[in-house]
Amino acid sequence: MSGTASPAWVTALRGDPYHLGHTRDGHGESRATGRGTGGPSPKRIIVAYGFWIFILSDIVMFASFFASYAVLQGGVSDGPTGPEIFDLDRIAIETALLLLSSFTCGMASLALSARRMLLFQTAMAVTFCLGAGFVALEVMELHDLIQRGAGPSRSAFLSSFFTLVGCHGLHVTVGLLWLLTMMAQVLTKGFRSDIVRRTLCFALFWHALDIVWVGVFSVVYLMGSIT
Amino acid sequence: MLGKLTLSAIPLDQPVPLVAGAVVALIALGVVAWVVIAGHLPYLWREWITSVDHKRIGVMYCILALVMLIRGFSDAILMRSQHAVAYKAGGYLPPEHYDQIFSAHGVIMIFFGAMPFMIGLMNFAVPLQLGVRDVAFPTLNSVSFWLTASGALLVNVSLVVGEFARTGWWPAPPLSEVTYSPGVGVDYYLWAIQISGVGTLLSGVNLVTTILKMRAPGMSYLRMPMFCWTALASNLLIIAAFPILTATLAMLILDRYLGFHFFTDSHGGNSMMFMNLFWAWGHPEVYILALPAYGVFSEVISTFSGKPLFAYRSMVMATMAIFILSFMVWLHHFFTMGPGGDVNGVFAITSMIIAVPTGVKIFDWLFTMYGGRVRLTTAMLWSLGFMVTFVVGGATGVLLAIPPADFVLHNSMFLVAHFHNVMVSAVLFGAFAGYTYWFPKAFGFQLNEWWGKAAFWFGITGFVIVFGAFYWLGLLGMTRRMQHYDVADWRPWILVSAFGVAVMLAGVVCQVVQLVVSIRRRESLRDITGDPWDGRSLEWATASPPPVFNFAALPEVHGEEAYWAIKSRAREQMRLREEPAYEPIEMPLNSPTGFICAFFSTLIGFAMIWYIWWLAAAGFLGAFVTFVAFAWRDTVEYEIPASEVAKVNRANRSTRLEALHGAGQRRAA
Repeated sequence: MSGTASPAWVTALRGDPYHLGHTRDGHGESRATGRGTGGPSPKRIIVAYGFWIFILSDIVMFASFFASYAVLQGGVSDGPTGPEIFDLDRIAIETALLLLSSFTCGMASLALSARRMLLFQTAMAVTFCLGAGFVALEVMELHDLIQRGAGPSRSAFLSSFFTLVGCHGLHVTVGLLWLLTMMAQVLTKGFRSDIVRRTLCFALFWHALDIVWVGVFSVVYLMGSIT
Repeated sequence: MLGKLTLSAIPLDQPVPLVAGAVVALIALGVVAWVVIAGHLPYLWREWITSVDHKRIGVMYCILALVMLIRGFSDAILMRSQHAVAYKAGGYLPPEHYDQIFSAHGVIMIFFGAMPFMIGLMNFAVPLQLGVRDVAFPTLNSVSFWLTASGALLVNVSLVVGEFARTGWWPAPPLSEVTYSPGVGVDYYLWAIQISGVGTLLSGVNLVTTILKMRAPGMSYLRMPMFCWTALASNLLIIAAFPILTATLAMLILDRYLGFHFFTDSHGGNSMMFMNLFWAWGHPEVYILALPAYGVFSEVISTFSGKPLFAYRSMVMATMAIFILSFMVWLHHFFTMGPGGDVNGVFAITSMIIAVPTGVKIFDWLFTMYGGRVRLTTAMLWSLGFMVTFVVGGATGVLLAIPPADFVLHNSMFLVAHFHNVMVSAVLFGAFAGYTYWFPKAFGFQLNEWWGKAAFWFGITGFVIVFGAFYWLGLLGMTRRMQHYDVADWRPWILVSAFGVAVMLAGVVCQVVQLVVSIRRRESLRDITGDPWDGRSLEWATASPPPVFNFAALPEVHGEEAYWAIKSRAREQMRLREEPAYEPIEMPLNSPTGFICAFFSTLIGFAMIWYIWWLAAAGFLGAFVTFVAFAWRDTVEYEIPASEVAKVNRANRSTRLEALHGAGQRRAA
């Protein structure tokens, strides 16, 4: 900036609206990275940012399944309704397992930034067990329903229910595979920067699945149990 | 063992697809054989197939698009010639085959012609315009491309193995349900689009991250070239819209494969939900394709008018307004399916509003030319042709947005004329403008202008004849997707449109000849300086073709039109910028991950289409192993030594300095 006495906000107000990309004297723009003028961001930011955007797109996909569930909720045909098939006790345990796994996953992230191998591996292993427990309970739930003749081809409501819950469960299963891969990678390659970035992306993914589950829990099970 | 796949899947009784398929297969085999025998395979594998360079991937996207455009155009010729002979007669294409042709035409043109062309241009130009070395995730970029190619391959396999969908390019249930479409046609559609859709989504993630997080120092948002803005909007739309398509098609897959009831007409299914979900993707898709084309026109018109883009900021705002509004108009695709007067009214108004920012853009382009020194190159001709024809297409769109008018015109040839009018003039003309404009940057020599202009004039004339006749046919009451007809009034106009498609064919031939002639005469068309058009943005600041690292040092940006500022200063002072301090540059290593993943996804797709479950499982396993193997690499980058960087940059600097002095002497004389 040149040495004029006007405070910054006055200059901003007086500014030529057609040259907002420039400062008053035509050059010497801010180099602050926060304003996007400091050149390419560091790799860690780029990777996390890109992965965030991917998660957003994933959430749009879940939103489509939520929307179809909302539309088809009443399409029970001659099949059972939600309150007849939801076992809230089992859902409470599932939810507890998944929320706890998010906590242990957070512990793993802390251990990762503190570069503590044993703590990291332990926290990841606990996360895996909790996540696997969740998937197992969910598979049992869906299996029971199919056994009772309340499978996804019974009615549109059940189709959308199985798809929404199943899609989340599939994501958790893929997350578990990814989790094991990251444990193995950190073990064999140590805390290398690309491995650390990748593990942070995994943590983002895991927490996002938790958030989606909160949606599933509320929209499907809680609201569905209200008769 | 082979699921539903038997020898009867090959349509030996239908000569047309069989001969077409055989010819395509022969050409493909011939090309592969030539590549192998001439010993080009190692080069192709090393430099192209495994390349993670955004420029090469962009070029491959465009090549895929050009090939697929020709495939889609052959379908168009088949349809026009069928109509020419199917007056009170069956014509030469039986209905079940004709239905596949119009479905394949739409699918190929949209998903494998227009989409790869736009994504290819963005891939090629955006990092160069932003002044950076590559996209955010180079290997992912390669995965995206090869997944798109995998989808294109599956659609073309359907020509000879089995059949393609007969449902039209959007597989509306209950027609597309297994009850009414028991064959593999819809399954080919579903898996091809799912696989290429993943590629498109990843490409959207990649480009958004690139634009938002990787720009040359000093390039704030409002200094980005217009093409980067439209690419940003388009890719944000990809991220927000493509997951809806993936979810919707997944539901249809579940309906067809596992007896779910999302869209069936029994057990509480709701087929209208498909229409809503599909068009919630489908309308943004129109702008995913059109916005990058608008960006190309902005670059081309500004460059060839020798002026900055008029009202750059209003153009940015118009772009982002279209981005938002494109999600609020989907219902106009089914006004007649009973949403009711109030709902129709709301969507009619939003549909008309979206024409406003588009109008802003048209005026901005006109005022950019006003007072400029306009050079009528091929790229500029395509842009001018776009402006003239697109206004007509936009106006008929506003007409169709009025529900009472839509009730009369829907499902007619008028509608077909409207969407071809907007898609061809925006997307295809934009693609050709971008192709001509950036070709010298990609390959180091310009395209022959004479053949390019011939292609333009034949192309636009044929286009106006075909779709002018279609508008009229629509007003005469002809509905779309008819295999034959007996109305005498339609006959002359149908023959006119058949003539029009012949004129377009001449344009296509000129386009191919242009490429061949230009390659043969490349020495006389050589672009030595890297700035053949007197350009204004950063891609013209580097050599043609650019070195793998794009820029020896990231350019410092001090305002809009970064390269124009650098060039003007050089012209004033009669010397180039200070030579940068050269440093070694780290670039990502090439990787076959994308190609191998696409190989496995093709297997998965083919296996799922034909119910070969073990092969699908093997494909999934292979894809997972590929990912893990990729993740296990220890060396991911290689270093280009500073001396090499200096050598490359100095070579380009010397030609630029020569050109600068040459121009100075001409001015002095």
